[in-house]
Amino acid sequence: MSDENNILVRLKDAGIRQNDKWLVKGVSLEVNKGKIVTLIGPNGSGKSTTAKIALGIYKEYDGSVEKFTNKIGYVPQKISIDWTLPLRVADFMVLTDDLARSDINEALKLTGVDHLIDKSLGNLSGGEFQRVLLARAISRKPELLVLDEPVQGVDFSGEIALYQLIKKISEKLNCGILLISHDLHTVMSATDHVVCLNGHVCCSGSPIDVANDKEYKALFGDLASQTLSIYEHKHDHVHSNDGDLKQKN
Amino acid sequence: MFDDFFIRALFAGIGVAFVTGPLGCFVVWRRLSYFGDTLAHSALLGVTIAFSLEFSIALSVFITSSVVALFLIQLQKKTNLPGDALLGLLAHSSLGVGLVAIGFLSFIRFDVMGLLFGDILAVNVNDLLVIWIGGALILIILKLIWKPLFASTVNYELAEAEGLNPERAKAIFTLLMAAIIAISIKMIGLLLITGMLIIPAAMARNVSNSPKGMIVFSVIGGLLSVFLGLFSSLNFNTPSGPSIIVAALMLFIISLFRIKQTIKLKN
Repeated sequence: MSDENNILVRLKDAGIRQNDKWLVKGVSLEVNKGKIVTLIGPNGSGKSTTAKIALGIYKEYDGSVEKFTNKIGYVPQKISIDWTLPLRVADFMVLTDDLARSDINEALKLTGVDHLIDKSLGNLSGGEFQRVLLARAISRKPELLVLDEPVQGVDFSGEIALYQLIKKISEKLNCGILLISHDLHTVMSATDHVVCLNGHVCCSGSPIDVANDKEYKALFGDLASQTLSIYEHKHDHVHSNDGDLKQKN
Repeated sequence: MFDDFFIRALFAGIGVAFVTGPLGCFVVWRRLSYFGDTLAHSALLGVTIAFSLEFSIALSVFITSSVVALFLIQLQKKTNLPGDALLGLLAHSSLGVGLVAIGFLSFIRFDVMGLLFGDILAVNVNDLLVIWIGGALILIILKLIWKPLFASTVNYELAEAEGLNPERAKAIFTLLMAAIIAISIKMIGLLLITGMLIIPAAMARNVSNSPKGMIVFSVIGGLLSVFLGLFSSLNFNTPSGPSIIVAALMLFIISLFRIKQTIKLKN
């Protein structure tokens, strides 16, 4: 499938068991330089778990994991900053690495939040925080980026821009990206390789192959057919004549 | 210069405050205050051992507290009891064992109150050396493990994923906790050491907006508490440890006004 020199991480038949129950089982995948691999699947299908196995966060697992790089940038799915810890964006950017102020600024500018550098992390909105998380991960110029739902809480236009940015970063830094998303339409347009999980690997391959796969259709049903349709936003409010918004019941 | 007991106590207090400042911030951030208490309570056993074997108090306390910390980590892995129950179990049983052991050592005259609450008269030049050299070592080691320790305090998995080895940093930090208790026990007393760790750090949180800023304020708060506490101890003949803690508490209360203002500003 690929040149040995380009490989960054390889999982072979990897899985993890907790209390005799498999969280995820039999996952084989590899991430190569300059390529984007996307994990999709329903909630609880083991996407984050698979990413954590690849990152080495879990120490006990089945199968084999080979990592060929230590320059890793990670955007976790959930992160909460306690009030007891005063942390500004600038402090957070140098959390795992000492970076020049110019590198920090550049990364924040790329994700569109350079004006927040002296703000306290606790005062950011969900979308702003997500952009800071992404900026921190790319500022280290990693060889492997692991992004677990990197655009959650980001507004729709920002979402597209960030996915384009992710694509651009993989080309510019020639880094491999392991992306987790439940956002099927963006996934299909920006990815080199898709792995569809549901406790095990349902199917994998190029986006088109996966989209045509029977198991994929069975898993996502109607959603799958919407992949290419235009974005629809659900109204949870009504507009009254005077322009006021009223909540729908 | 160090002939005067008060000067000795003052320098001992300054040395302790420089170390409890940064360590105390981590205790607050990582929610380790009860853990600190447990280690401090087990120090009594360490003192007893030191007296019966005519061994250095600081070293004996350091070893006992480290052993208790290791024991605690093992218990956490092997039992289903919640963490706070295990901490309580170890804290009170080690205090109990320590006091019973003192009861058996009737041939030595023991100042139990001094051990529990600190005694400025007890600080000698030797203790000063232990505090300053030990304290410098603690700070150097803390500086060395700063990155992994701080990163894993913010988010453990992030630190692990980006190759910082947080598990090792945590183990070393536990030893540093045992070490600060060992060097400050004579000065502040084992019941109040955790107060010296937490109260200045809590005060600092109210007046700072960055981690390093919080550490600086925590050190300043600790130093002020030592000055105020020791002077009042000298003038009003109050025990040194409690006086320092009361001073720290007053600073904390003053810092609350500052936080009230910031909340008002936000709204």
